[in-house]
Amino acid sequence: MIILFGMPVVQVLLFGFAITTDIKDAQIAILDKSNDYMTHEITNKLLSSGYFILGANLDKDDQIDKAFKKGNIREVIIFEKNFARNIVTNKNASVQIIADASDPNMANLLFNYTQSILMDYQRQLYKDKKFPMQIQTETRMLYNPELKSVFMFVPGTITILLMLISAMMTSISIAKEKEMGTMEVLLVSPLKPFQIVVGKVIPYVILSCVNAFVILMISFFVLGMPVQGSLLFLLLETILFIFMSLSLGIFISTVSQTQQIAMMLSMFVLMLPTILLSGFIFPIENMPLPLQYFSMIMPSRWFIIIIKGIMLKGSTIFFLWKETLILVGLTLFFITMSVKKFKVRLA
Amino acid sequence: MPMSDMPQSTDVRETIIYVRDLVKRFGRFVANDHLSFDVYKGEIFGFLGANGAGKTTAIRILCGLSTPTSGQINIAGFDAYLETEKIKQNIGYMSQKFSLYEDLTVEENFTFYGGVYGLSRKQIKEKTTLLLTRLDLLDERKTVLKELPLGWKQKLAFCVAIMHDPKIVFLDEPTGGVDPITRRQFWDLIYEASHNGITVFVTTHYMDEAEYCERVTIMVDGRIDALDTPSNLKKKYNVGSMNEVFLRLARTARATGE
Repeated sequence: MIILFGMPVVQVLLFGFAITTDIKDAQIAILDKSNDYMTHEITNKLLSSGYFILGANLDKDDQIDKAFKKGNIREVIIFEKNFARNIVTNKNASVQIIADASDPNMANLLFNYTQSILMDYQRQLYKDKKFPMQIQTETRMLYNPELKSVFMFVPGTITILLMLISAMMTSISIAKEKEMGTMEVLLVSPLKPFQIVVGKVIPYVILSCVNAFVILMISFFVLGMPVQGSLLFLLLETILFIFMSLSLGIFISTVSQTQQIAMMLSMFVLMLPTILLSGFIFPIENMPLPLQYFSMIMPSRWFIIIIKGIMLKGSTIFFLWKETLILVGLTLFFITMSVKKFKVRLA
Repeated sequence: MPMSDMPQSTDVRETIIYVRDLVKRFGRFVANDHLSFDVYKGEIFGFLGANGAGKTTAIRILCGLSTPTSGQINIAGFDAYLETEKIKQNIGYMSQKFSLYEDLTVEENFTFYGGVYGLSRKQIKEKTTLLLTRLDLLDERKTVLKELPLGWKQKLAFCVAIMHDPKIVFLDEPTGGVDPITRRQFWDLIYEASHNGITVFVTTHYMDEAEYCERVTIMVDGRIDALDTPSNLKKKYNVGSMNEVFLRLARTARATGE
């Protein structure tokens, strides 16, 4: 009942608020080598536009790489030395815009917004003086210079597929045993509950691992996705995610009496939010705050950050420890809840 | 508590299921209200009652699927609270919904359950051949289960349940939905098992099947309102069939699921 009436409402709200490609509060970093009145004015203009938030103030070039890898900074703006002086004397100065193009659409938009604000400032200058000034912009689309959208889709697709096979199929398979009545017979037998669960889950572990491997191979060889970071690290994180999804699937099966319930729960509680709210297609920063908090409990959100980090940015565990820890925590949480529910069932 | 400390019944036969004051509560609802009975070794014991009387709840407790709220229960010599693992090794179970896997073959089902109960490959092979020959279904060895008619499936489910020679086999409404001839054949199997020393604990709401049991209890509203042989009960209530005995007793019931 709730599902029939609640779902459409939730969907409409989601599509209205979350699914927006408008930029709002994107985190940027500024590396101001001049620190003069002009760069300050431009910075002010950027930050008061509503599109950008200052994520970090950098003072050296080598901090740029780290800023991006940490994950929150979408764009770095670099003002050259003696900016104002160059404008006045040479009539032009340059600004370098480096955008994180692992989400090419966002990067493009960010770049365009930045560019238009700069142009606006340039026009202002132009208005006050008699001779033409020019702010030259150099751009670099980091991690994805050709702005291939496949770089954005592959990590999301891997996440969804693993969730589908591991979580959904596992939950349906265990719920089926309950529905068919064979689960009872298994419970009466000398088999321990964990043996039953492991037995149900092993085929899906193998299937998921094979699938993940195949997808990565295809992405690498056919679609041209790079693996900048360590392949071993990537595989380990993938296995962690598979275990997380499996424990989630087991948990769903403990609360579902029938296959249908298991499927609906997997669909609406897992798949749809994963697709819409995990940052796969629509950036999380653009969503209203409550949804941003909600997306924090979505394991898919963290895994997408991990995959993109390893494949596109070459991040190591040093940068991704927080996300990895979250996945481990979620796995333990679901396993504990499942064991608890199992015991309650028998009482 | 160990079997030797329990109050001995007057019957000389060995008690294999011992229940005293079994209570099962779900919140405020009392599903089993101080049940007390003994089941003897090799007996065919009928557990009758209307839907909702508490039969399934009780059988689940005896099988170890559910823990009782209170009461003493001893199954095949093992305590139901402390030694559930040993109980499970020594009982067989045929569930109401079903026991076998529809997409496996007959042979595969035997192999699976044999393995679950720790039988060796040789033992599984021997048992499978023995039981299939008895059912005259040797030709269907490699048939996928869902292609077989319901009556055959039920007989197979029973054979799988006794495959590991358990001391007791619990049958929860085993003959639902089959024709009288098949039911008769099913009960032949039950008689043979009982003859071979397996105690059969069967719940049913077919009152004519009650006639086949050596002793029956009738549950009404979570209590046992009758516990005796069918002929004694018929004499007591002065009626001609178990059906009528049941109607006499069930008329006072508050909870009737039918």
